[in-house]
Amino acid sequence: MVNYIPVLLILIIAIGMALVIIILSRIAARNRPTREKLMPYECGVEPVGTARERQSVKFYLVAMAFLLFDIEAVFLVPWAVVFRGILESETYRNLRYVIYAEMMVFMVVLFVGLVYVWRKGILEWNK
Amino acid sequence: MQAEKALFIVFAVIAVASALNILLQRNPLYSALSLIGTLLALSALYVMLRGQFIAALQIVVYAGAIMVLFVFVIMLLNQPKDQPQIEKQKGLRYLAIPLAGLMIAEMFYVLRPIHLSTLPADQSVGTTWSIGTALFTDYLLPFEVTSVLILMAVVGAMVLARREGD
Amino acid sequence: MTNLLLEWLIKTIIILLILLTAVAYVTLMERKVMAWIQLRVGPNRVGLGKFRLWGLMQPLADALKMIFKEDIVPIQANYWLYIAAPALSLIPALMTFIVIPYGSTITLFNRTIELHVTRMNVGLLYVLALTSVGVYGIVLAGWSSNNKYSLMGGLRSSAQMISYELALGLSIVCVLLYAGTLDLVDIVNAQNGFHGLAWNVFRYPLLIPVFIIFYIASLAETNRTPFDLPEADSELVAGYHTEYSSMKFVMFQMAEYLNLITASSISTTLFFGGWNGPFVGRAPYLGPVYFMIKVLGLIFLAMWIRYTVPRFRYDQLMRFGWKFLLPAAIVNIIISSTVLLFRP
Repeated sequence: MVNYIPVLLILIIAIGMALVIIILSRIAARNRPTREKLMPYECGVEPVGTARERQSVKFYLVAMAFLLFDIEAVFLVPWAVVFRGILESETYRNLRYVIYAEMMVFMVVLFVGLVYVWRKGILEWNK
Repeated sequence: MQAEKALFIVFAVIAVASALNILLQRNPLYSALSLIGTLLALSALYVMLRGQFIAALQIVVYAGAIMVLFVFVIMLLNQPKDQPQIEKQKGLRYLAIPLAGLMIAEMFYVLRPIHLSTLPADQSVGTTWSIGTALFTDYLLPFEVTSVLILMAVVGAMVLARREGD
Repeated sequence: MTNLLLEWLIKTIIILLILLTAVAYVTLMERKVMAWIQLRVGPNRVGLGKFRLWGLMQPLADALKMIFKEDIVPIQANYWLYIAAPALSLIPALMTFIVIPYGSTITLFNRTIELHVTRMNVGLLYVLALTSVGVYGIVLAGWSSNNKYSLMGGLRSSAQMISYELALGLSIVCVLLYAGTLDLVDIVNAQNGFHGLAWNVFRYPLLIPVFIIFYIASLAETNRTPFDLPEADSELVAGYHTEYSSMKFVMFQMAEYLNLITASSISTTLFFGGWNGPFVGRAPYLGPVYFMIKVLGLIFLAMWIRYTVPRFRYDQLMRFGWKFLLPAAIVNIIISSTVLLFRP
């Protein structure tokens, strides 16, 4: 457990570095704001409308699909790690076909999900 | 020992403060970011409890996938400005406040001083090998049911979100 | 305990210093490689005083210029999010390097020092977690700039990143099938046989397509061409970093190059044997040298691809990620596990 402390260490150092960079920029840079410089950039013309309009719902669908397949990947990780060990250990050796079959069932069920998403056309258009 | 206690206090304070911040922010995006902060602090607490695998998974799945979904939805919906929600039905507060008080009393009762063993878990409990073998031997049925649940979620989300034409 | 803390601190600082210099010189390498591929010579004038030094001081000159540029915060932008977003992009990019092994063990000042900062038994999941958190910097930068192009670029870029993260994760699962552990130090140590040439791509040839999937997915994760539509200049006016100037922009660029170095480092660790190579048992100092050569080779490959291949359109990109790479990774997992089951 004690070897997770470097994570905290590098987090603090990285945050410190980011702060130093921001403060450096604040000190050393010139600051002469004019109206044109502060406007949102829209290729040199006056901006039309606000930036807070509704976006397409396809991003939501992609994020949803990503979430669900990410959970599948997360179940695959412990299986992959123990798979080879199970093939070679004695206590679980007679379970190896069972464990392989279990994960294949899991993946087939999720593959059905992928086929559904594919056929419904969610992975098309501006995707 | 002292260092572990100090680290625990730091992460616990961060977790509770972020959780309170979720409620106190007007802008929903700031609330989502506070939730991410809570999850990161919780992940650190899991590491301290010898659950390294769960800690990493918490960040990969919860802070890295579910919260991305939340943030996308908040950005896609684009509520104009930060509208303060005015209480629509004032009578409900006479129901809400006693029930909240009841829940707090219940929490105090459940968390009354009991004899907890303060030893952290055995070295081998949180490792990937033990989780993996347990998942495919003892907990096989929940595992397979999870796959069906995920399939249900995929189909449900796609059906709900595409209802408006396309 | 304080000894341990001191050792970690020194290793972390050394790695960060090497990393920052590496990022600076990778930008120079990019410009030189771009130039030579386009049949011209890159920057070769910035030297020290009278000596041209082949342009090696160019990154220093660029950094100094960027520090003194004006720092504009657009009106109506969410101020704190606008400032925090580049930091959110930079910090996960820096944090990956503490779990990567750079060598075996060396003896220095009568102590045996292992050439990795820390050794986690979930090291590979830690790297995946940091990749997942890296999405937030981009999407928050796009939102907080209060600019339509930034928002669209940010949303598209993060949708691209999460789509390719799936292929990345699944190709890592395929490597795990052969490696049997999440600990990067163990994965590299297992590739140590046969005079240091028993790399994973040679021992298990089924990992070659997995490497290709992993490499393409990591190019898409780091928003490099041919997958850089959300930040291409002619498409979305530089996408999510349109409104950023001076050092915050530098932080985004640093984060991008750091992600590239991370992706190459993880590729060499998983597929090409990390620090392994001929004679590394007798001369442990050769370990970091081999590691650096392999990482530089993969970075050069990324740059070569960038200046050779045209850019994908966004819908082609997403279609490629979901309809080709993801099923390919799944098929690879099935084939690898079947082969392992019947022929261990």
